[in-house]
Amino acid sequence: MSTVAVVDYGMGNLRSVAKAIEHVAPHAKVLVTADPAQVAAADRVVVPGQGAMPDCMRELNEHGLHDAVIAAAATRPFLGICIGLQMLFEHSEEGDVPGLAVFPGNVRKFPDEAMVGVDGSRLKVPHMGWNEVEQAEPHPMWHGIANGSRFYFVHSYYVEPAQPDVIAGSTVYGIPFTSAVARNNIFAVQFHPEKSAQSGLALLGNFMSWNP
Amino acid sequence: MLAKRIIPCLDVKAGRVVKGVNFVSLRDAGDPVEIARRYDEQGADEITFLDITASSDERDIILHIVEACAEQVFIPLTVGGGVRRVEDVRRLLNAGADKVSMNTAAVQNPDLVAESSAKVGSQCIVVAIDAKQTSPGKWEVFTHGGRNNTHIDAIDWAKKVESLGAGEILLTSMDRDGTKNGFDLQITRGVSEAVRIPVIASGGVGNLQHLADGVTEGRADAVLAASIFHYGEYTVKQAKEFMRSRGIEVRL
Repeated sequence: MSTVAVVDYGMGNLRSVAKAIEHVAPHAKVLVTADPAQVAAADRVVVPGQGAMPDCMRELNEHGLHDAVIAAAATRPFLGICIGLQMLFEHSEEGDVPGLAVFPGNVRKFPDEAMVGVDGSRLKVPHMGWNEVEQAEPHPMWHGIANGSRFYFVHSYYVEPAQPDVIAGSTVYGIPFTSAVARNNIFAVQFHPEKSAQSGLALLGNFMSWNP
Repeated sequence: MLAKRIIPCLDVKAGRVVKGVNFVSLRDAGDPVEIARRYDEQGADEITFLDITASSDERDIILHIVEACAEQVFIPLTVGGGVRRVEDVRRLLNAGADKVSMNTAAVQNPDLVAESSAKVGSQCIVVAIDAKQTSPGKWEVFTHGGRNNTHIDAIDWAKKVESLGAGEILLTSMDRDGTKNGFDLQITRGVSEAVRIPVIASGGVGNLQHLADGVTEGRADAVLAASIFHYGEYTVKQAKEFMRSRGIEVRL
């Protein structure tokens, strides 16, 4: 039986993530946990996150989970969601804080001057709602999900990888931005698969059977 | 491109949907979770529960509904009604709500918007504004389900809650609510163009053209409706197909 740890560092409700995984993988053991030992022992690790990046980094450190998350990202199937994607980068403009530097690159705020829609109207920030994800190339995590499928987003910052080859998906909102990254055993997304209906459930199902 | 959202709204009282929902073959017309699941299947982009429970000892029932919904419905869920303290916000989010909406309490205590958005993030905080036209070109904020005029200008209030940390505004026209005459497009556009956060139009939808108008004329980011979906007049999918035929980006 596969064990998946949903890393709980006190930022937001993780119930939805856990329930969505249980829904697609009824036989998996899903642990919502703040215990570094349980994270270390899990077969798969999910790092969600919502709210502000500085709060997330502080809580991650205070819960003693910093090293466990880095170790998981180095060794096991790893899924980052929203801030769980952003924290993998070196630095965030939000609160000017360092991230875990698993990927080179930065987290930036949507630039005001680019927030103009095709009809000339002003685009709202946060980027909230269902937007299309263009898959960069085939990946086991995209299996069965049509290219350009919509996922649910809610965020004001986006990641800018220094190495373009890690980009697994991109989305346009005023500007094109990276909405998914992949490298070896890591897959991380800006959107919320747990709130993205069938497409999101398909992605979570792919994660539970992914053997990188 | 980002899709415009369609949001069915359910009034829930002591755990039961009021204003019965008229779906074919629904086993329990009063079960909010089953109805939410149906709307999810039709392609709803989000679900909103408005808890209109009056008695305080029945208030916690909504938490169990939200928990059950979060186990079965994998689209965003907003819950409003009776939210007065930061603790109320936390409990709803912990039960599985993605956003919490506040109305009267935000007017009475604007710090609630600031405190709760600082605690849980702006993206979880929706401020509901009930606006009523009081003179030509002037809309004021009403509270207590439309009974009390605060004499606060609706557009000023929208800007204020944005600055306090609200992540979204749910704007209901008290003049149009329940009329089926369409959204009040003037105030919808006024608010939507005055703030940089998303605005949900509400109140008055009677047909699919009204939904499209809310987006094209009202400049709303999302449209909320209750009765046209509940009584089976239209499905969410039909609404989306209509909006797409009018050139509006939707998730289909």
